[in-house]
Amino acid sequence: MFQAIAKNKFRTTMIVAMIFVFFAAIIYFISYFLLEMGNIAVVYGVLIAFIMSFGAYWNSHKIVLKMHKARPATPEQDAKLRNILEGLCIAAGTPVPALYVMEDPALNAFATGRNPNNAVICVTTGLLNNLDYYQLEGVVAHELAHIKNYDILLQTVAGIMIGAAIIASQMATRMMFWGGGRNRNSRNSKGGGAEIIIFAIGIIFIILAPIAGQLLKMSLSRNREFLADATAAEFTRNPEGLASALEAIGGSSIPLKNASNATEGMYIATPKSELGGRKSSNLFSTHPPINKRVEALRNLR
Amino acid sequence: MNPLTIILVIVVLLVVYAIVIYNGLVTLKNRVDNGWAQIDTQLQRRYDLIPNLIETVKGYAKHESEVFEKVTAARAGMANATTVGEKAEADNALSGTLKTLFAVAEAYPDLRANENFKELQVELTNTENKISFARQFYNDTVARLNIAIQKFPRNIIAGMFNFKECEYFKTDSQEVRTAPKVSF
Repeated sequence: MFQAIAKNKFRTTMIVAMIFVFFAAIIYFISYFLLEMGNIAVVYGVLIAFIMSFGAYWNSHKIVLKMHKARPATPEQDAKLRNILEGLCIAAGTPVPALYVMEDPALNAFATGRNPNNAVICVTTGLLNNLDYYQLEGVVAHELAHIKNYDILLQTVAGIMIGAAIIASQMATRMMFWGGGRNRNSRNSKGGGAEIIIFAIGIIFIILAPIAGQLLKMSLSRNREFLADATAAEFTRNPEGLASALEAIGGSSIPLKNASNATEGMYIATPKSELGGRKSSNLFSTHPPINKRVEALRNLR
Repeated sequence: MNPLTIILVIVVLLVVYAIVIYNGLVTLKNRVDNGWAQIDTQLQRRYDLIPNLIETVKGYAKHESEVFEKVTAARAGMANATTVGEKAEADNALSGTLKTLFAVAEAYPDLRANENFKELQVELTNTENKISFARQFYNDTVARLNIAIQKFPRNIIAGMFNFKECEYFKTDSQEVRTAPKVSF
């Protein structure tokens, strides 16, 4: 298990680096071709990417908690939850993460942070009220597994960076639509053939960025959900707890109030949207279908 | 390249390899020690809770002195245990007598309604739970260390630096949590 985690950690670092380059490239293309900044655009690209990623690295969990209006769990009110978490942390050999509760009737939970020493687990009151002890233990173990496997780092940093890249490229596409022609003419008079090729690549890059980002995000999280389920079973030695919890979560149709696209990858299961729920087999879904996960858990024994 | 250089290179490579193995074993040994510390903390926690529990129960069920004596004796056994095996045995004995104590308490409705008693019962249940998780973590790390020590060629390095196999924390409790087989 320790080796698998070390490998996962390395892969996470590589992916974060890739996303960083991807993001810097987008900013570069935008500022070079659309804002006509010339070569200084490289500096802007790297600088903005740096600021974004460091901001995400240090503050993402605070932003996420604020967004969800979560409150810290109190020892009196949430004693059961606290005890479950403390026991599981002993089993996992990790420090005890900060525990938050979200006042929401929906059944969901998420983990965030950057490493096991700076991590947060947040559950909804709906989850606390509707699941029994072993189901709750399974869910908390799943979130703890995300922390121990360093999925949270990827989820928060990558999620914010990709989100920003998508916004930037959407802005760029609109700008091209309104003023792109003039830019290309003025550049042609100065540059040679190579510049046209770079320009073409840049445009393709900007157009494809949202799709690429989305694909990257979902490919990252789908396998990790299965891994986190398996790790959770390793902590609790009771796959049935999580399996039945997932069934309960899948069977509930209460929408999560503060769910948004940017954070959906962090939850234990894709939050139901206010508009009547999406299909979990969706191509762009960040989670594998719940029945597949339940089946995988029940096959562990 | 002359033969001397070749021999030198081989020796250096072997030394580097030995260092890597040695460091790996040190890491594993530290994890085992850490796992043991976790168990010890929880055992101590329960040890500290028991006198309070006995006092509370005594207030309602004076005549059950036999059970009190058994729990006190088992608790003393815990204090005298030093090795992993002894502690595991003492832990099992103590768990057993505590179960008897709680079974006896069932017959006293006033006791069951006592706030202090309820709190202690929850605390002890949680501690039992944590002991089982700590045991699980400890035994997993011991398994990893023991396998490393037994396998060739690490067994040579382990023998040279006197790495010993560690003892499992065995339990005879009914609800043993067994590790699920994980495969991808």
